[in-house]
Amino acid sequence: MTSDSTGASTMTENTTEIIPPMGKTGVNHFKPETGHIAIDGVSVDFGHGALAVSGASLDIQPGEFICLLGPSGCGKSTLMNTVAGFVQPISGAVRMDGEPIKAPGLDRGMVFQQHSLFPWKTVLDNVAFGPLMAGQPREKARSTARAFLEMVGLSTYAKRFPSVLSGGMKQRVGIARALANYPKVLLMDEPFGALDAQTRLVMQENLLQIWSEFGITVIFVTHDIDEAVFLADRVVVMSASPGRLIADIKVDLERPRSMAMATSPSFVRTKQQCLDLISAESKRAFEMQRAVG
Amino acid sequence: MAVSTTPEPIDTTVPAERQSATGRTETVPTQKRGVGARIPWGSYGVRVLAIVGALVLWYVLSATGFNFVVSFENVPDPIVVGKQLLVLLHSGEFYTHIAVSLRRILISFTIAAVLGILVGILMGRSRIFADIMMPYIETLRPIPAVAWIPLAILMFPTEESSIIYITALGAFFPVVLSTLHGVQQTPEVYVRAAKSLGAGRAAILRHVVLPGALPSIMSGLAIGMGVAWFSLLAGEIISGQYGIGYFTWNAYSLVEYENIVIGMLTIGGLGTLSTWLVKQASKPALRWQESNQ
Ligand SMILES: Nc1ncnc2c1ncn2[C@@H]1O[C@H](COP(=O)(O)OP(=O)(O)OP(=O)(O)O)[C@@H](O)[C@H]1O
Ligand SMILES: [Mg+2]
Repeated sequence: MTSDSTGASTMTENTTEIIPPMGKTGVNHFKPETGHIAIDGVSVDFGHGALAVSGASLDIQPGEFICLLGPSGCGKSTLMNTVAGFVQPISGAVRMDGEPIKAPGLDRGMVFQQHSLFPWKTVLDNVAFGPLMAGQPREKARSTARAFLEMVGLSTYAKRFPSVLSGGMKQRVGIARALANYPKVLLMDEPFGALDAQTRLVMQENLLQIWSEFGITVIFVTHDIDEAVFLADRVVVMSASPGRLIADIKVDLERPRSMAMATSPSFVRTKQQCLDLISAESKRAFEMQRAVG
Repeated sequence: MAVSTTPEPIDTTVPAERQSATGRTETVPTQKRGVGARIPWGSYGVRVLAIVGALVLWYVLSATGFNFVVSFENVPDPIVVGKQLLVLLHSGEFYTHIAVSLRRILISFTIAAVLGILVGILMGRSRIFADIMMPYIETLRPIPAVAWIPLAILMFPTEESSIIYITALGAFFPVVLSTLHGVQQTPEVYVRAAKSLGAGRAAILRHVVLPGALPSIMSGLAIGMGVAWFSLLAGEIISGQYGIGYFTWNAYSLVEYENIVIGMLTIGGLGTLSTWLVKQASKPALRWQESNQ
């Protein structure tokens, strides 16, 4: 057996850059060819009658922004959790860049609906956690974290505990934390669901800004149609139980997006398309429940 | 003496996130509330008054030889007790009693804390270990410290070691149960967040489970310290020479009523003081909880 040391050393060398893209650099930190997600005939069963996800197939290109849209309880989180590695499908497979996904890992950053910042760690140490786990020494991890806090505009809160932050600020820290390992894919499960409308809009614009600079694949779960259309390259609509993917709608709006586009014919048309699908779907689910009950 | 080692129900849930309705404001309430400020000075005044009131009532009841259901006829009044206390404070022996008891408490509590936390964590992390330990804990826990005296004398080589065993055993249960409770309460979302940031089992234990369980562990330690004192009192019945428990028992057999009262009050005072010290010692580690209000 011959040992090949050259292959291993390249892994550590690309972590020397600790400054995240800040808008001025215009540099994409990721080669657009990584972060490809292939969901192939995935079904998930939690063992109570209907499948939580049924035969979902979806191909997500590197750097693409996908919104997963659907009524509450249809299996959006579950499908995303198969990509995250928290849930194993009973059939089908999820692959990232050709590799089957078996467990959670730092190549897939997560932002959760509930605030998931560690309350016992300072804001800075929350963001530094990923780099620390990736093997950076503590001080280096902290300086990486500082750069990411700067990116989301919360440097002044570095030494505070998360409990003093507002909901929106917490989610910004959550995004910074998820990105601090430079993951290939960012998984966001209704990250702005608990925010008020204004904050939400600001957060959406910030997110698109960050996404365009990182060139990272994003899967974003929401049940807000406006949000989905505003953010996504493609809106994937999911049906109620059993959760199937029923539509894959391409959003024809140029980038960078601005709020003014919300009244453009293209936006309105796409939104209407989603709305029709969802309301038909909700009606069907309602009829089904009534038939059962 | 009714000895209950059941820990009080402990609220370890991380206080619900205060979601500001308008997340858009970046100003955050940052009033620093010192720990002492939780109990305003007026409250201390009331507490002192309560003690003074009890002393006055005690004096009146003893001086008048109150005798209805409860008899105060043979209870020495606070002035007699105070005089006797002055006498004792000038004798070296009283301090020896206290020093011996304090030493026993220190040793027993340390053993109980280390074992309790260790066993609690193991039980919380391993189903099998919990199943093995639980029957022992459930059956041994309700046994009062006094009931252990004969067996402890038979089992242990020296008087000292049997006293320490009885004391440590009493303190062990609240610590182990609180630790277990704290470890089991770890919110799943923190574990998932840690996993997606690259944390392994050991890192999750160190960075998520333990800090999350800390408030519970700390209150277990405080309760354990209280239990240690009344277990000690039972244990010191064995002792033929020293210890504040022995002092109290001895006074009973010698019909020295003042000394009985002094012994009781000393135990109460030392118990309160040491519990307070445990709480103070845990403050720095729980600083992250303070800003929740
Ligand atoms: N861990 C679990 N164990 C058992 N059943 C589960 C589990 N997680 C989800 N389910 C079930 O699977 C279905 C899909 O749930 P999921 O959380 O994926 O829905 P969702 O689309 O994310 O809903 P929401 O918009 O309300 O978050 C639901 O019926 C839910 O009850
Ligand atoms: Mg969900």
